[in-house]
Amino acid sequence: MDIFIAIVQILDSTIRLSVPLLLACLAGLYSERAGVFDIGLEGKMLVGAFAGASAAAVFHSAFIGLGMAILISVAFAMVHGFASITHRGNQIVSGVAINFIAAGSTIMLGQAWFQQGGRTPALQPGERFEAIVWPGADAIRDVPIIGPIYSELLSGHSILVYIAFLMVPFTWWVLFRTRFGLRMRAVGENPAAVDTAGISVAWLRYRALICTGILTGIAGAYLSMVQNGGFVKDMTAGKGYIALAALIFAKWKPVNAMFACLLFGFLDAASIRLQGSPLPLVGKVPAQFMQALPYVLTVILLAGFIGKAIPPRAGGVPYVKER
Amino acid sequence: MSTPYAKLPAWADYGLIPLINLSVAFIVAGLVVVLVGENPFRAAVILVEGAFGKGTGIAFTLFYATTFIFTGLSVAVAAHCGLFNIGSEGQAYIGGLGIALVCLPLDSILPWWVLFPLAIVASAAFGALWGFIPAYLQAKRGSHIVITTIMFNFIAASVMVYLLVGLLKPAGSQAPQTRNFVGGAELPKLNWVIELFGAKIRSAPLNICFLLALLMAFLVWLLIWRTRLGYEMRTYGHSPKAARYAGISETRIIITAMMISGALAGMMALNPVMGDQHNVAIDFVSGAGFVGIAVALMGRLHPIGIVLAAILFGMLYQGGAELSFEMPAITRDMIVIIQGLVILFAGALEHMFRPYIQAIFASFSPKSVGMEAVKGKGA
Repeated sequence: MDIFIAIVQILDSTIRLSVPLLLACLAGLYSERAGVFDIGLEGKMLVGAFAGASAAAVFHSAFIGLGMAILISVAFAMVHGFASITHRGNQIVSGVAINFIAAGSTIMLGQAWFQQGGRTPALQPGERFEAIVWPGADAIRDVPIIGPIYSELLSGHSILVYIAFLMVPFTWWVLFRTRFGLRMRAVGENPAAVDTAGISVAWLRYRALICTGILTGIAGAYLSMVQNGGFVKDMTAGKGYIALAALIFAKWKPVNAMFACLLFGFLDAASIRLQGSPLPLVGKVPAQFMQALPYVLTVILLAGFIGKAIPPRAGGVPYVKER
Repeated sequence: MSTPYAKLPAWADYGLIPLINLSVAFIVAGLVVVLVGENPFRAAVILVEGAFGKGTGIAFTLFYATTFIFTGLSVAVAAHCGLFNIGSEGQAYIGGLGIALVCLPLDSILPWWVLFPLAIVASAAFGALWGFIPAYLQAKRGSHIVITTIMFNFIAASVMVYLLVGLLKPAGSQAPQTRNFVGGAELPKLNWVIELFGAKIRSAPLNICFLLALLMAFLVWLLIWRTRLGYEMRTYGHSPKAARYAGISETRIIITAMMISGALAGMMALNPVMGDQHNVAIDFVSGAGFVGIAVALMGRLHPIGIVLAAILFGMLYQGGAELSFEMPAITRDMIVIIQGLVILFAGALEHMFRPYIQAIFASFSPKSVGMEAVKGKGA
């Protein structure tokens, strides 16, 4: 029974840890499916986290915080669009720039506005998203098997967690069942064909980037307003890059993305849980090995040793109309 | 990297446009300073005075510049071959491991002029190795170099943390770093050169790595524009198809370019490790690999430009330290913002002002921009 409880706890923290990855990963999915590489996910999450926590602290409302997180994150996505769609700049260079601007400005503005060494004020109860307890969760807590699963695993998360997982079928539906999704996929594979059909390539890509900005904004808000109760400098700590790795791992498909993020979240949860304690069969695993595993797996996958990850064909290439 | 834009005179291309881009980056940075409630002009004065006002400041500026010359050259060599190496950070980190492996057993035995060349070879070899794997995967397995090098930065960080809290840490110590190197692992300082000009220097870490960096800048120029290998690299960078048609081996050129790039990044570790800290500590690279991207883009991938851009960033680092002392609202993270803005305006938005400048040039003399040839182009 103890083992069962431990497993439920690990899975519970897996869900909590994979939510920001999942949101960022789906965010990347929109922009990369539209043919815009985005390694600025990290930066956009960071500004989202900062804007969300500061707005929530100043206006005493979690929803104003979320709105601000989305707004600022979309603004950064638009900068990326302006550089890489309108001015046809190098998309990777632009993404790198956004990461730097985000890393620097969040700390500096945080220090200038709140004077807490780059932190934002600790959020009070009404200013962060509270856990939602499902009906009857407390009542059946002691029921074996079902009890812990229902009350620990399913119930008791914040609204953003449920939004994140609902975004998976929603993204699938947008991508494969709507006209916008079809055009977006087309613009990532063959923008010239979309252009010939009389649809604006630039506007489509901008719209995809707006979706990216919204999702990274929510991801950032989750980090600073659910997981942490305030912004801490560099709190994304490479999650944007892991999300990118998950996106490649998922071969740019929404449902796969969820499983990839859950896997990477699980690795994270397990490495926290197992810190220092030996595993059966393999003995003691260094924490650094577990931390590096998502990256190693991605490299192996990219090298084509576990299936082949084929990116959208027009990814990374600015579209130039025929002259 | 072909551009759909017409040619400008060389001085405008290599002087005017970078200058305009840089000015815009600094104007936006100035707005950030206004946003935190300080005077940007006073901030600029403090920054420049902090960097060049005193002898110590100049020595520190050049010390930081040394680091950035290495990483800038590293990014540039790969970029000439059409490869975007974001992995300089990790390659430099692993380069530090090479230095540690040479210095730990030999530092009390050998004099610096024997140990230094050994350390150069070791750091370059380890950096090159860390560049080799992504290059091999790109050339042979078609995985994207940008993603692999990002992943390798994280893997490098994990490997180094693992080694520094375990094997490389002296017994009984708590700090995650190697023991302090002694004797031969302490490189001679260059401060006396600045003192020749009459300036006083209290203590600054400027050391002979600066000369090594300048030598490397010269060698990179020689490689890129004066050797067959460099020609092949540039050909591949401009058009992989043309290179293939000309019989240039794709695998060989990608792997060679990335190994040279990795070696240059690895050598960067010499400067802080043997010139200043005298140990290998966690995160001693502290973002210098990423600064290299900004430096390379700003220097337009030319060694002379890179040296100048590196000195500018050295100035920002040194002056930025003074600035955060004088104006507490402006932390050293201001440099990171400026770095980002420079990458944005000198890199991604490189061509933003070009059409306007072309129009201005064309209104003076259409021939100078070759207007006849590209009539009706969409800019």
